[in-house]
Amino acid sequence: MSKKHYFDPEDLKKFGNIGAWQKPMADKFFAWYGEVFKEGALTEREKALIALAVAHTVQCPYCIDAYTSGCLEKGADEEQMMEAVHVAAAIRAGSSLVFSTQMMNHAGDLTM
Amino acid sequence: MSIHQRTKSLAARHSDLSDTFFQLKVLNGRALNEARFPVFSEMIKPAGFADGKIKPTRVEIFQLNAGKLCNQTCAHCHVDAGPDRKAENMSRENFERCLDILRQYDIPTVDITGGAPEMNPNFRWFVSECHKLGKHVIDRCNLTIIVSNPKYRDLPQFFAENQVEITSSLPHYSARRTDSQRGDGVFDDSIEALQLLNAVGYGREGSGLKLNLVYNPTGTFLPGNQAALEADFKQQLQRKFGIQFNNLYAITNMPISRFLDYLIEHGQYETYMQSLLDAFNPGAVAGVMCRNTISVSWDGYLYDCDFNQMLDLKVAGAGTHLSEFDLAALENRDIVLNQHCYGCTAGAGSSCGGQVVE
Ligand code: SF4
Ligand code: SF4
Repeated sequence: MSKKHYFDPEDLKKFGNIGAWQKPMADKFFAWYGEVFKEGALTEREKALIALAVAHTVQCPYCIDAYTSGCLEKGADEEQMMEAVHVAAAIRAGSSLVFSTQMMNHAGDLTM
Repeated sequence: MSIHQRTKSLAARHSDLSDTFFQLKVLNGRALNEARFPVFSEMIKPAGFADGKIKPTRVEIFQLNAGKLCNQTCAHCHVDAGPDRKAENMSRENFERCLDILRQYDIPTVDITGGAPEMNPNFRWFVSECHKLGKHVIDRCNLTIIVSNPKYRDLPQFFAENQVEITSSLPHYSARRTDSQRGDGVFDDSIEALQLLNAVGYGREGSGLKLNLVYNPTGTFLPGNQAALEADFKQQLQRKFGIQFNNLYAITNMPISRFLDYLIEHGQYETYMQSLLDAFNPGAVAGVMCRNTISVSWDGYLYDCDFNQMLDLKVAGAGTHLSEFDLAALENRDIVLNQHCYGCTAGAGSSCGGQVVE
């Protein structure tokens, strides 16, 4: 029987098993994923910080755990990690607030 | 600034783990190992060590642990060193024995560690004698010792005069990460010490005076890519403090002594062992440091490495004391392996010189 709660940390370890139901796609995904996180124009540490920020945006507990570990492994410290989350949060907040221009435009149309 | 000690030594706490027998019992816990962690000597068989044994290549490094006395009490210390460990310090007699051996045999490098080896009253005399013998001396310096007391402030000058290579722990360029492992105030003192070393030429291009930093994870995770960490450390230390150094060595925390205590206390022992095992790299086995090192304890016994020394696993198949030192027999011995050896073969491997494979 499946468990009575969502987001069990143990499930993160089973991520690799997604290939059991669709192998070619999973293989492609994991190969691509591996390539994405390799050092390139960005360092592995920078990529881990971006991943951490995005994880907070998509609010995925698995990704938050995985990239908290990943950031520490790649040598980031608390200050860098929290700044990354602030960047994500600022974009989220800003992307709501910027829509207020539409509200203001429309209100302008409707009001005297 | 003075240091606020991070913890107490296991010995001072009368912890079960201060007994090496108890540590080995944890590492070899049968139920756990049989179920999940294959025996290390079995694991290396397909990696080119078909009989499950590792033999030395050649003894090139004479690593001497001058004692357990230290001005710090870091949370992860595999030596269980601290200010309370006054009894375990190498005597003049044992240092003399080391010198006799170094005179007699062509072992090019003398690697001095501790504790804080500089606190041993014989330290400066021994280093100068090694230098006179034409040996390359490495001092594993915790940095803060240099600024801990006026009598140590001239150490950088002394090191430079004797062409000593300095290898120093600095787990992070952030104060919080460093102090959480090594004690409050350690970061600031370490930075001051690094600046004093830089001032006499250490780490500066063209000076010939080598200054290396040791990075080790400040928690239960494994080290990342050494070259990437080195690049970050170089950039950040230069930017924030104008500090320069030569190489950064990324070292894995060994599941022994105080780090083992930390793992058990935080319920992380199995998870950590599993992460070492998951990261087992067959290609790292040939590069483990015990193949070119002999490790000597403060009381003159011989070991395959500083970790085996801390587990009291003496060399096998050769005399076990300085007084019976026989290089030919040592170079032909089987290295004593145990479950902590997984710490040396995880990822890119780990040794006193950092990663063992590219
Ligand atoms: S890790 Fe080094 S500096 Fe820290 S307590 Fe141990 S010997 Fe001393
Ligand atoms: S722990 Fe010591 S004996 Fe074991 S592999 Fe590492 S260096 Fe060799």
